[in-house]
Amino acid sequence: MIASFPYLIVGLLFLFGLYAVVFERNLIKIAIGISVIEAATNMFLIVLGYRTGGRIPVFTLAGESKVLVLPTPQALTLTAIVIGMATTALMLSLIMVLYRHYGTLDVREIRRLRG
Amino acid sequence: MRPLSVIVRTVCNVFAWFMVVYGTYIIVHGHLSPGGGFQGGAVVATFIAFLLVAHGGGKVFGWVRKGVYTALEQTGLLLFIGAGFLGIGTTFFYNVLAKRGGLFGATVPLGPNAGVLNSSGTIALANIAVGLEVVGGLSLILLYMSKASLSSPKEETQGKEAGHDR
Amino acid sequence: MRYRIVFLVAVLVVSGVLWGAMDAVHPFGEPSAPLMDDYFLSSAQSERAVNNVVTAIVFDYRGFDTLGEAAVLFTAVCSIAVLFRGKGEH
Repeated sequence: MIASFPYLIVGLLFLFGLYAVVFERNLIKIAIGISVIEAATNMFLIVLGYRTGGRIPVFTLAGESKVLVLPTPQALTLTAIVIGMATTALMLSLIMVLYRHYGTLDVREIRRLRG
Repeated sequence: MRPLSVIVRTVCNVFAWFMVVYGTYIIVHGHLSPGGGFQGGAVVATFIAFLLVAHGGGKVFGWVRKGVYTALEQTGLLLFIGAGFLGIGTTFFYNVLAKRGGLFGATVPLGPNAGVLNSSGTIALANIAVGLEVVGGLSLILLYMSKASLSSPKEETQGKEAGHDR
Repeated sequence: MRYRIVFLVAVLVVSGVLWGAMDAVHPFGEPSAPLMDDYFLSSAQSERAVNNVVTAIVFDYRGFDTLGEAAVLFTAVCSIAVLFRGKGEH
């Protein structure tokens, strides 16, 4: 059971990001929490595809080893990282437009003001 | 965004073009070592980030035109779709240039080897196309966001910062 | 303040339960269904003539997903350009 330690780390990272989304009041800190959640998801995908004693699945660098790790989760994580970056850029742009309109970054104040 | 000191500006002038060369190396050798289109494109896009941080926003918009990066992004996406239509005789995205002997057509010996640059058909074309698109896209995101943050009016809120922090 | 302590205790309990569950179903180091990846690893050099198996999967065996991802990046750049269209633009 102690050999499956990476799953515990991934779960703790995800739940720390969730704490930042639920309990913070500044909009930028909420955006940072969402970014931490995306990092935990990508790490979970890569941890799933490990073989004990395996090497990198690139034949230029693997050397004479016969055991290689699974390459498919790494390929899917590349796509997920780029999509996460596009989402974060759009989130930060929307926060800039909100700040210009309301004059504040506090979530509870924005809920009370009316345009 | 005011310009930083003389040391930072000199290092930026020396070091910024090196990023473009390094990123192009990562894009082109995508089928031999870890890397490829997306990673190399992100490295090349730090060229604009260097200029924006070291010289300040006002000067950079006089040096850089947005039309160049728009053209790069659109060319990259159209090239990628074109590389998919090359092998339409069998199926969409069929690797029709591999092991044929022309452009990008050499074969690769089995097992661990040193790497052949001329191999792997449409994969190398798709790498270059996606690299161009990511360079244009990320540079455009940086330019639009910094221009919007410069042109917002700066209000003097003396002592009454309305709810920025907890 | 009380809600934060309850949340942190729930965090520890949930992560412990998930750790035990993942260890029972899918232990670290032994993937449960590697048949597709073994086919990719053994036939990437002979069929497609490429050394980097991850790039072969991203651009050749699953190239359609990469087309979708390039479209997502393009759409994000277009929507940021639409958001920042103010009075000072020509």
